[in-house]
Amino acid sequence: MSILPQVLFLLLFSVAGFILYKRIKTIRQMIFLGRPEQRNDQKGERWKTMGLIAFGQKKMFKRVGPAILHLMIYVAFIIINIEVLEFITDGLSGSHRAFAPFLGSSYVVAMNIFEFLAFAALVSCVAFLIRRNITKVPRLRMGELKGWPELDANLILWIEILLVSAILTMNATDQVLAERGVAGYQLVEGLFFSSLIQPLFTTFGDTSLVVLERFAWWFHIVGILGFAIYITYSKHMHIFLAFPNTWYSNLKPKGEMKNMPEVTQEVKLMLGIQEEGGAQESPSEIARFGAKDVNDLSWINMMNAFSCTECGRCTAECPANITGKKLSPRKIMMDTRDRAEEVMENINNGGKGLDDGKALLGDHISKEEINACTSCNACVEACPINIDPLDIILQLRRYVAMEESGSPAQWNAMFQNIETSFAPWKFPPTDRFKWADKLKDQEAK
Amino acid sequence: MSEKSYKVPTMAEKASAGEAPEVLFWVGCAGSFDDRYKAVTQAFVKILNVIGVDFAVLGEEETCTGDPARRAGNEFLFQMQAASNIQVLNGYHVKNIVTACPHCFNTLKNEYPALGGNYKVVHHSQFLQQLINEGRIVLKGGGGYKGKKITFHDSCFLGRANGVYEAPREVINALDMELVEMKRCKSKGLCCGAGGAQMFKEPEQGKKDINIERTEEALGTGAKTIAVGCPFCLTMMTDGIKNKEKEQDVQVLDIAELIAKDLNLS
Ligand code: SF4
Ligand code: SF4
Repeated sequence: MSILPQVLFLLLFSVAGFILYKRIKTIRQMIFLGRPEQRNDQKGERWKTMGLIAFGQKKMFKRVGPAILHLMIYVAFIIINIEVLEFITDGLSGSHRAFAPFLGSSYVVAMNIFEFLAFAALVSCVAFLIRRNITKVPRLRMGELKGWPELDANLILWIEILLVSAILTMNATDQVLAERGVAGYQLVEGLFFSSLIQPLFTTFGDTSLVVLERFAWWFHIVGILGFAIYITYSKHMHIFLAFPNTWYSNLKPKGEMKNMPEVTQEVKLMLGIQEEGGAQESPSEIARFGAKDVNDLSWINMMNAFSCTECGRCTAECPANITGKKLSPRKIMMDTRDRAEEVMENINNGGKGLDDGKALLGDHISKEEINACTSCNACVEACPINIDPLDIILQLRRYVAMEESGSPAQWNAMFQNIETSFAPWKFPPTDRFKWADKLKDQEAK
Repeated sequence: MSEKSYKVPTMAEKASAGEAPEVLFWVGCAGSFDDRYKAVTQAFVKILNVIGVDFAVLGEEETCTGDPARRAGNEFLFQMQAASNIQVLNGYHVKNIVTACPHCFNTLKNEYPALGGNYKVVHHSQFLQQLINEGRIVLKGGGGYKGKKITFHDSCFLGRANGVYEAPREVINALDMELVEMKRCKSKGLCCGAGGAQMFKEPEQGKKDINIERTEEALGTGAKTIAVGCPFCLTMMTDGIKNKEKEQDVQVLDIAELIAKDLNLS
């Protein structure tokens, strides 16, 4: 037997591995355009969160229908990857169904499980295509998805359909060949789903069946390698990033805004409040208050952006978006990722990087968008993988208010009221306790 | 007994008498200045009085927590407010705070600790719930609410922001009213539109105002009483009801007002 297929396989495998390695490095670099942030306390709680939210998909089940469809694809993805191990073994050693002798009768069971999952994934992908393109679920049809995001979503579904069809075709042709006693093919009695499509192939001659079987085999493995590379350019990075992303979830109450210690220092200096225990450092070099561009955000914000599945559950719950405002929390995440990719491209094309005259705020996200946010946390609550669009919005607002004094006029007036009357409305501070006057005159019951 | 008037002691008075009250009632700017919300402040103080809770307020020493400034991006102003409030609170050795404003609640509870202010802070719905559970508030069935339909609008800063969903509902249940939930409730509750400093500016361009969207949902329950636990929600929902010209049949009330009415205090 020729070793050419093995050599070819090894070559393909190595090239794919190399490209993948480069892509992962680039993505890492893009995520770490963000500032450092420590978030690794409460490790037990973090593992638990990751287990429930990413592995257990707890938040997906807020919408049961899509959750079940998604679960099918997800389980199929994980389990079929075990079969890919057999593929790789076969590919490298030139064997066929290398695991069958070791697993004995449980091999059939395993294969049937794979086939069931392949079939379930097929059905789910078709259902998802229908939701996207025929029944047109509103959150999957919004303006920010025009172009690549929409194509990406559909492509992925088609690729998945082709890949699982390849598995079923491969098993069916393989078994027809085995039944005919063609050398190298072994009978795996009782494969349910592929046996259903076997009649399609019984009229084929042996040679064409072998060609078909080999084609399906190669198509599937090359497809998987290609898919692995493809997802690094796609919203499907969540397959991997959902895990670290949920591990690094914000475990504090959602209402708590991150403190800015550099401001605390300045305020203390101004008010002449001495820090307990020792000399004060003068405020350290601060690049910027708030965030204007991706490098002002934290790496966790960036990881959020690369994990985003563009599902739009956040936007579907956003009160501003529901009432027709420009703001869409999903778009905030997509813009952050787009900007990181733009910066990276700049770096790769000769080094301008962040100084390309553009920024996240202004060129991607407008003030009108961030000014519409009610900080209601509906987006954060809705996100199936604990992404926090609000955190980014609030950092951008900080930049606008503190670096540009560019907040809406009514907010500036509110700031002034707080400064002069210690309340957001213009009332004399001496009126603050007047509400009690009426009570003090009233007879208690 | 009947000659007595309501007492509203200040921390300064308590301190000069050498006393420290059990709990500080943080009134908040809306509770101090907003005509409608002053009624809630008064209702809550009446309840505290009749039950005999040892409380005090800061009076003119209280200032804005800084929440709207912080959400609008002005961290500097927020921290100035926080620092001076913390100085006052720590000066009186305050340990327990109750407030009727979820925004003050969130800021005092979650954001002051990083700046040196550590207190046990509860929202008035939690405080009332506890008083009911302890049997200190014995409901009388006044106000004619018993058995009537009511819906509760979750404040984002109480609900999603801090996970307090049950306390206000338990208070309502104690009133023996029929609680009809809106479709979007608890963790899925829809904002009234005022959070994140939106209270202090016109909404951005859009198809609809958020409070109208929410009011329609509340009216859809058929309840004639919409209960809230937040001054901004109260304003937004009341405006929504006016917009729908329903102010004759539908009331928007804070849960403290409901209790006060039940106790025949108003
Ligand atoms: S926090 Fe802001 S962006 Fe998120 S849902 Fe609420 S209004 Fe929309
Ligand atoms: S942020 Fe979360 S909810 Fe929003 S689109 Fe991305 S994954 Fe979906």
